Amino acid sequence: MTARRGSMRHAIRLACPPDTVWDVVGAPERLPEWWEGVESCVIDGDHRTIQTRSGLPMPERMLTIDHNLRRFQYRIIAPLFVEHLSTIDVHDLHDGTCLVAYSVDAEPAVLALVISGAARAALDHLPALLGVDPVT
Amino acid sequence: MGRKILFVTTDQQRYDTLACNGGILSRTPVIDGLAAEGVRYDRAHPQSVVCMPSRSTIVTGQHPSTHGVWMNGVPLPGDAPSVAEVLRLAGYRTALVGKAHFEPYFDPFLRFEENLLSTEGTTPHGGSRRGFEHLETAAHGAMGPLHYCQWLLHEHPEALGMYCRAIDDSLQVSAAAGGDTGAPQVKVNPIDRGIYHTDWVADRTIDWLDSVDTDDDWFCWMSFPDPHHPWDPPESEVGRVDWREVPLPAGYPEDRAAREAIIDGKPRHWRAWYDGTLVSNYEAPADWVPATLTADQVREVNARNAVEVELIDEALGRVMDRIAERGWTEDVDVVFTTDHGELQGDFGLLFKGPYHVDALMRLPLVWRPAPSSRAAGSAGASVVSRPVGLVDLAPTFCVIAGIEPPEWMQGEPLPVDDADAESRGFDKVLTEWDSELFGTDVHLRTMMRDHWVVTAYLPGTSHDGTEGELYDLAEDPLQQVNLWDDPAARPLRDDLVADLWDSQPPVRPDRLVLEAPV
Repeated sequence: MTARRGSMRHAIRLACPPDTVWDVVGAPERLPEWWEGVESCVIDGDHRTIQTRSGLPMPERMLTIDHNLRRFQYRIIAPLFVEHLSTIDVHDLHDGTCLVAYSVDAEPAVLALVISGAARAALDHLPALLGVDPVT
Repeated sequence: MGRKILFVTTDQQRYDTLACNGGILSRTPVIDGLAAEGVRYDRAHPQSVVCMPSRSTIVTGQHPSTHGVWMNGVPLPGDAPSVAEVLRLAGYRTALVGKAHFEPYFDPFLRFEENLLSTEGTTPHGGSRRGFEHLETAAHGAMGPLHYCQWLLHEHPEALGMYCRAIDDSLQVSAAAGGDTGAPQVKVNPIDRGIYHTDWVADRTIDWLDSVDTDDDWFCWMSFPDPHHPWDPPESEVGRVDWREVPLPAGYPEDRAAREAIIDGKPRHWRAWYDGTLVSNYEAPADWVPATLTADQVREVNARNAVEVELIDEALGRVMDRIAERGWTEDVDVVFTTDHGELQGDFGLLFKGPYHVDALMRLPLVWRPAPSSRAAGSAGASVVSRPVGLVDLAPTFCVIAGIEPPEWMQGEPLPVDDADAESRGFDKVLTEWDSELFGTDVHLRTMMRDHWVVTAYLPGTSHDGTEGELYDLAEDPLQQVNLWDDPAARPLRDDLVADLWDSQPPVRPDRLVLEAPV
């Protein structure tokens, strides 16, 4: 059978220190800067509500913002989702580069694909936004 | 002033649904008439049996391995080569009206321009998209951000709930049963015929043609979403074909044991899907078990499909009438085809997937050259029996327009008869499948040559790479006897497989990413 729950992961390696990236992806209010199709977001305590370009509000609950680990985790709590967890990790590769990994787990499974597809595009937007080169 | 091009596609239409191809359910006098004046292709195959890769092949003139759209949900890059852009740069006015689907539909962030454009107008950013200066989109119902859906929302909101919901509440392809027989994706649709998407596509095409100056050259891709499931044509039209009178298709053995014996001769994912234990792709309902399909459900699905085909033929007739009123008939080439086929009961299956048999691969294709071109030496009516592909369409459009096909196009201009096909080496056609979805991956490479269809399987979660299929279309037109493991066929199999691998197109170096389910 087709999986009910989907698990996806995308990553990009960037030629910059990890904190350069973390300053953006670890700041929940900065999401519209790097995620295409997010028009705005409102932070209220541990809740963030984003407004998509299609007009769809997407409420989220932020679980982890760990500046030492450089990890950001959140759940989308919109009714369409039975379950969701996204994790952004910024790894220091100790060679002047870093790895940004975006993992998405969701039920229904297709939503993992939809969110991770948009996340992949968002990761691809980081080099231009930060003025750094991707490392291939 | 040159030749104008009306390119007509449907979605998921079998070869045998046209009367000119021997179909007995639908009346298709308009398409039959075009075939009688032009070229009818008896062996036209897609290079992929799902929408996005196949449509990307049509517009780029490249195989999926090369353009990179390897499964539904992988967007065709905006800067991919396009025959429409070639024609536009040559001075053609260009439009695509109806189903585009070069980019995914599941798009809550409106990241894809095809979806975003429906909220902004019909002229793409920068004046054109993939060479189309007018883009007006539709799909299979009322859901989504496309132009037809927006139009319906604003002009006929009462109709929004009339269509079958192709996606259910759990975002799976819907298995909801309906109609008289409880067949999946069959629904009574009370929508007025005049606002059904088939007629909307024809109306919008006519509107665009009316905006074009008489002396302009133009390329118009009119792309009908039907007869793709859901099978929910306007109920007022359903009485055209009484499903109770529909004969069972030859490819559907009514005896269950016979059906299952045929499937068991094929690679294991066939039986796994039939039994409901594996759905390898998003193009079929995960909650529907094909083994439960009844003969009456096959009849009802075929009847409704036939109605949808008739509506398309009539809509095309209206567009042809408008072309005549504009005084263009003599200078218009009409090409009619589809992106891939539909199982429609064959082997006890519906929908589509990694199953490279005629139901999905043998397509209707008709080319009625501009009558004015015949005096210049073009052939009259003919039937081409040698294999051609949708990859050959883009260079054909170039030749019609008097343009040398660019080197990046991998096909050849369509032959006008078998002698032309033989002299230019039309002897094989390729189809490929790749899918990777939540831990399940399937990979097929297929070649049709002479009267043989050979499919080699690459390693995946259901296959170890030794499996295959080999069918003799001359002796076994329904592809019920898999000769892959027949020792007597081994020398032939080895020759065909070697040719298959030698003929593979170049692979795009940067693998494109799956970004949505469809």
